[in-house]
Amino acid sequence: MLARELTTADVRSGLATHGYLTDDGLATSVLLALSLQRPLLLEGEAGVGKTELAKTIARWRGADLIRLQCYEGIDASQAVYDWDYSRQLLHLRAAEASGEARASGTDALEGQLYSERFLLKRALLRAIDNTSTTPPVLLIDEIDRADDEFEAYLLEILSDFQVTVPELGTFTATTPPIVILTSNRTRDVHDALKRRCLYHWVEHPTFDREVSIVQARVPDVSLVLARQVAGAVESLRSLNMYKPPGVAETIDWATALGRLGTTQLDESIIEATLGTVLKYREDHDRVREYGISTIVQAAFDRGLLHG
Amino acid sequence: MQSATVVEADRLAVGFARVLRGVGISSPLDSVLTFVQALGVVGMNDKDSVYWAARSTLVRRPEDLPLFDKAFRVFWQQRESPEFVQETALPFTIATDDDSPNLNDGQSGASDDPLITLRFSAVETLREKDFATYTDDEMHLAHQLMSQLRLAGPPRQSLRGVKSKRRGMRPDLRRTIRASFAAGGEPVERRWLEPGQRSRRLVLLLDVSGSMEPYARALVRFVHAAVAGRQRVEAFTLGTRLTRITRELTSRDPDRALLLASSRVQDWSGGTRLGDTLRQFNDRWGVRGMARGAIVVLLSDGWDRGDPEMLAEQMARLHRVAFRVVWVNPLKVTPGYAPLARGMAVALPYVDDFVEGHSVEALEQLTKVISRA
Ligand SMILES: Nc1ncnc2c1ncn2[C@@H]1O[C@H](COP(=O)(O)OP(=O)(O)O)[C@@H](O)[C@H]1O
Ligand SMILES: [Mg+2]
Repeated sequence: MLARELTTADVRSGLATHGYLTDDGLATSVLLALSLQRPLLLEGEAGVGKTELAKTIARWRGADLIRLQCYEGIDASQAVYDWDYSRQLLHLRAAEASGEARASGTDALEGQLYSERFLLKRALLRAIDNTSTTPPVLLIDEIDRADDEFEAYLLEILSDFQVTVPELGTFTATTPPIVILTSNRTRDVHDALKRRCLYHWVEHPTFDREVSIVQARVPDVSLVLARQVAGAVESLRSLNMYKPPGVAETIDWATALGRLGTTQLDESIIEATLGTVLKYREDHDRVREYGISTIVQAAFDRGLLHG
Repeated sequence: MQSATVVEADRLAVGFARVLRGVGISSPLDSVLTFVQALGVVGMNDKDSVYWAARSTLVRRPEDLPLFDKAFRVFWQQRESPEFVQETALPFTIATDDDSPNLNDGQSGASDDPLITLRFSAVETLREKDFATYTDDEMHLAHQLMSQLRLAGPPRQSLRGVKSKRRGMRPDLRRTIRASFAAGGEPVERRWLEPGQRSRRLVLLLDVSGSMEPYARALVRFVHAAVAGRQRVEAFTLGTRLTRITRELTSRDPDRALLLASSRVQDWSGGTRLGDTLRQFNDRWGVRGMARGAIVVLLSDGWDRGDPEMLAEQMARLHRVAFRVVWVNPLKVTPGYAPLARGMAVALPYVDDFVEGHSVEALEQLTKVISRA
């Protein structure tokens, strides 16, 4: 189905078929990103499902996923293109050795050295220089880790979907890629870049949705246990932790409990498996202070099917 | 979308952006425009869809969400209530119950009515304030001030004469004949021409390149006030290309006019090639007639990345046909700037009036220059 004919319901069901459960808000943002061909910036805490959404869109649309993982100090040579110096050097040596270098002249040799065969296309250029009929999904992951100069650079590329390589000319996207940017918001993304994008603040899922996610991802866990786990996670998140558990942790926990053959949460099983949910000692301390029994109680209440 | 729906979507988007501005969430025009497009995708009838379309195009920080939600709720209620008048340009705000005293101070806190509280700085200080330091509210108020500027140009003796019922010097044969046809061939009252006093055409060329960003936002409002308030005005933007925005700016509703105009302009905050775009203007419009005998006003800081010779040449062409060339430079007051910018320096010999344009007061001066010209 063409992007322009999609509805929010199509997006929800399309993503659900590939294991990703959305609400109307997120589905609308995805719909708009596809039909207006605008980049979508997803911000939210780690583990709420930002990266997974981009991957799932690619699977659903049958598109290639091109991922650019950002980090401090990332620059154009790692994100856009670079010249393959070692191969250029080899070529040069060979040309010199065979006498071809002198015969054809420096200009011709330079032309050979800076031709497309020695160009290393990185994620951004690959996303632009695509020939497939389905545009690829370009995931620019954790943009908040890159420096702001890199953002300015991105802004330029995302404005006209062009990359100029001085030695070769300009690459222009025939169909712009579907662009998903994510940020864990360790710092603010520049407003100019945000304005270029559609924006969605991704929250932890609601209780019901998280139960559905657990059921979809860990099918052999009973509904009651799925509800208890989601309930326990919900109350852990309210504790103002250093690193509140994300959906990934919920899934890991449910998986671990499933393997242990657990049918009901209790204090000792939580004690034994809490490590899959919490990553920091401070957070473990906080939970003990709060009382594991209180968490069991909350999980138990949520586990009740008529509740 | 059908065009009627487009207009409705524009209205809805502009109306809601106004409400948002009231609660202190500013929406740049390009975002409002994206919202309009988003409405084209999700429609305008379902409250949730409109909410999400607005949210993904107009919000950029989670901190704004509580206010945004409140604004949307009130907006939607208003929209559904039968007495909702689309065109109300009332500054429209919303009482917040998150006891921040500065948002609803001076109001009786007990009422649940949406309250109207936009606080403006005093008009007088605003008139002198540099546009670059404006808040959104100030921009809004400044626009009201600007719409009061009268830009009537000096009259010009017309060769063609204007229609008249008075018996004058020359009979207006064409109108007499047409009137007679309309009356079934009966001889009718004679029509007369009298020598006309027409005001000179005013042509405004606004630089919207990146370096002008802090000023273009305000100056485009000035240009709108001119187009809406005077006859025979033409408006263009200059950047990396030339865009005619006269028709878009004729809408009376300033926000709508700006939205329409900005949707036409493709090169907001891009680069500048003044010489090149000025040549496009001269070739396609100016020298062919539009600039002849006209007052041509360029609003630009004169920073130019193009060829200075081209700019000089085009300024010379323009100067030859125009009645008067006025250059409005918002950076003129900046110490040490003056004609240092390369573009400005080569253009100056062809400029009749070189004036400031960084504040409402400076623009008032400009209107005097124009109406004196
Ligand atoms: N809505 C969802 N539906 C299904 N699985 C989800 C959903 N949200 C998160 N997940 C799961 O949680 C894991 C972590 O999500 P991830 O995308 O890595 O988070 P983030 O990128 O926000 O840090 C994913 O591997 C995925 O299995
Ligand atoms: Mg991630």
